[in-house]
Order: sequence, then C-alpha cells, then structure tokens
Amino acid sequence: MRSVHVDDIVRTIRDLAIRANTELGDDVLRAFEAALEKEESPTGRDILKRLIENAEIARAEKIPMCQDTGFAVVFVDMGQDVHIEGGSLREAVEEGVRQGYRDGYLRKSICHPFTRQNTGDNTPAIIHIDVQPGDHFRLILAPKGGGSENMSRVTMLTPAVGIQGVKDFVVQRVKESGPNPCPPTIVGVGIGGTFEQAALLAKKALLRPLGSPNPDPELGALEADWLEAINRLGIGPQGLGGRITSLAVHILMMPCHIASLPVAVNIQCHAARHKEASL
Amino acid sequence: MPDAIVLQTPLSEQDVTALKIGDRVLLNGVLYTARDAAHKRLVELLEKGQPLPFDLSGQVIYYVGPSPAQPGRPVGAAGPTTSYRMDAYAPLLIRHGLRGMIGKGARSDAVKDAMRRHKAVYFAAIGGAGALMARSILSAEVIAYPELGPEAVRRLEVKDFPVIVANDVHGGDLYQEGVRRYARTA
Repeated sequence: MRSVHVDDIVRTIRDLAIRANTELGDDVLRAFEAALEKEESPTGRDILKRLIENAEIARAEKIPMCQDTGFAVVFVDMGQDVHIEGGSLREAVEEGVRQGYRDGYLRKSICHPFTRQNTGDNTPAIIHIDVQPGDHFRLILAPKGGGSENMSRVTMLTPAVGIQGVKDFVVQRVKESGPNPCPPTIVGVGIGGTFEQAALLAKKALLRPLGSPNPDPELGALEADWLEAINRLGIGPQGLGGRITSLAVHILMMPCHIASLPVAVNIQCHAARHKEASL
Repeated sequence: MPDAIVLQTPLSEQDVTALKIGDRVLLNGVLYTARDAAHKRLVELLEKGQPLPFDLSGQVIYYVGPSPAQPGRPVGAAGPTTSYRMDAYAPLLIRHGLRGMIGKGARSDAVKDAMRRHKAVYFAAIGGAGALMARSILSAEVIAYPELGPEAVRRLEVKDFPVIVANDVHGGDLYQEGVRRYARTA
C-alpha cells in the first residue's frame, strides 16, 4: 500500500491547469508545421503561422493561448494499492482546479445551465477515475473549450450501416461543424460500448499524442482514410477555405450490444491542451 | 499576399463599402466587447426604446470574453468566440447603426441580409489565438454589466488589431466561397 497525500494532488492539479493552458504540446506544434507544408490557401497558411506565433507568446509570457480556458476535465488513473491520505480525492481535484484557475488568471467559464450564473471558480471539474491493479497514481488535466465541445455529438447507428455508415457520420459531423470548432481540429471518435461510454471513448481518444500510431493497425487505417475524406471538404484553417481542416482522427473502439452501434464524435479545437503528472 | 488595410474606428459607410471578402484589415481605435448575455440585455434596451451603454453608430462589436488580466496588463487572452450565438440579436443592432462585428464562424441569412441592407461588415479574427490578439489591445475598461464577469461589456482601445473580412456589404461570404475553392468532390 502506497500513500498519496491530498495536498500533493491539489498542488499538482493547480500546476497542470496553468501549464495546460499556457504550454501547447510539442506534438501539436509539430502538426502545425506539417500542416503549413501542405496548406495551399494563403489565408490558411497565414492562420497556421499565427497559431504557431500565438503558442510561442503564450508559453513565453505565461498567458493562456486561448481565452476559453475550458471545463477542467481530469482523468485520475490510479492503482488499487494507493491510499489517499488527508482528505477526499475529489475535493482535492476541485481545490486544485480552483487554485489553478485563480492563480493562473484563467477564465472561469462554468455556469448554471438556466440562470447562466457563473460558479466563479471554474468548478465543478469533470473527474473520471479509473482504478487498475498496481500502485501508480497519474493525473491528466484536459481543459475543454466550449466552441468545439458544442460541435460534438453522440448517435446510436443501426448496426447494418457498418464502417461506411460510421465514416459518413464522422465526416458529416465535421462538415456541419464548419468553422465553429476552430479548425484545424482533432477528431476524437468513440465507437461501441453504450451511449455514455462512446462519448468517454471519444474524449479519451483526444489524449493520444498527435503523430503516434493507433495501437490497432486496422483502426489506424480507418483514421488515415477518414482524415483524408475530412481534408477533402475544403473547410481549412478557421473555416475560411483550405486543405487542412483536421490534423488527425483518433479512434477508440470497444464491443457493443448486439442491437447497437454507438458512435461519438468529440471535436477538439487546435488548442489541443492536456498535461499529465504522476505522483 | 497583398498588404493589410489599416482602418480607424468608428467606421464610415465608405470604409466598409470598400472592403471585400478575404481582405486583411488592421483595426485601430475603439472596439466594444459583448457576448450572448450582454447582447440579450442590449436588445432588451433597444426594444424598450431606452439608451444603450454606448452609442452604436459606426461602432464595431467584438465577440469576446477575455481571460482575467495579469497585474500590469490591460487584458488576458482575448480571441473571438463563435458568432452564431449572437445571430438572434445582431440584425437589430445593425439596424441601429452597428457597422462591424468581429467573431469566428459563419452568420445566419438574417444577419447577412441586415449587413447588406444597412452596410455593415463581419470580420473573422483567429479563434484560439488569444495570446497573440491580446498584444493589439492597449486598454480595457468595463463600461456595463460588470456582474457578467467575462461577459461584461468592455471598451477596448486597439492598435493594428488583425482581422479578415468574412462577410462584406456586397453579399460576399468567405466561409462559403473559401470552402468552395478548396473542396474536392470524390
């Protein structure tokens, strides 16, 4: 049995919230550079250059790359031999979010669904806890912006539509989203499970680093094929026309009910933010 | 790529009539910020015939909810939010003299129609480039609805604030024409 103190969780979540919002991952920057090689639209190329410049300013001046610093989505991957010491795990995560969004001058974007009254400290966080054998304790914080989340969808397809039907749904979703989710986007696709599990798979698919292959080569081939179809749409950077609408398609899949074919598309804007730490 | 057009707000009818989709523009002067919640209040005032917190005539509204300013800075990150959420309110503001809007994403037919009819223009700013765009903001002052937090109405002084003409007064729509130019049909 290993102990992890809540104070360390608070401190770590605080730092992850600030770093995730100010330091864009090198994988995303490399994807921008690669996109710049392929983009033919002058406007699109200008936008990609400015996104690289924006990331450099954010990192150097420690200000958020985007004013929408998102809903704090936190994944806790922990071993069943870990004991949380000194308080509640969930409350520690919430407190870390509270401190990070306060100390990092991050925007508080969470409100009551009807009155729209802001909660004032960007809580609650969305917390996904996964317990596996072992004594590891890993935290991932992925701030999720509203513009791209608004363009995401879950659907329950008829199994008979097969791979083509899923592809059509994914490509159509990107097409209908047009400029709204801040392209170039990353398209997270969850296939299988249940209604809610498909959505979670789609979100988790976004955590895979850009440029890393899908561990399943068959899914990897689908990702390449669907990305090509998406980049034929012509939407381009910011939706103003161009070759690069999406930087990647990432798929996670699991078995589903014999009656069902759940599919979720979680669209991620180019500010593809997530940072992780192990305690 | 041609040089950017430098404009000073408030914008005249001549200023916006000369603009075409795809033009790169550097805005100077004053911009007012407003998102959904502020738009709802502005429209309610207009419908009651009451004065607005600022004179709309020739002005440009920027759809933005900045992140909090660090000490010594006028504003935090300040990129555009998605514009369709303001579509229900924009035509009335345009009828009352609003000359320009800055946001991201396509507009409704009703907004485009109002822009043509009353000579207003819609600029796209780069979504997600909030750190970059904050560099063009010299000062920010909350002038109405402070209780809305990031959604309060702010008066921004800007210098060479970079935007692209997405909808012009001649009916041009870069979101449609740009995509048509690069789409590949199977």
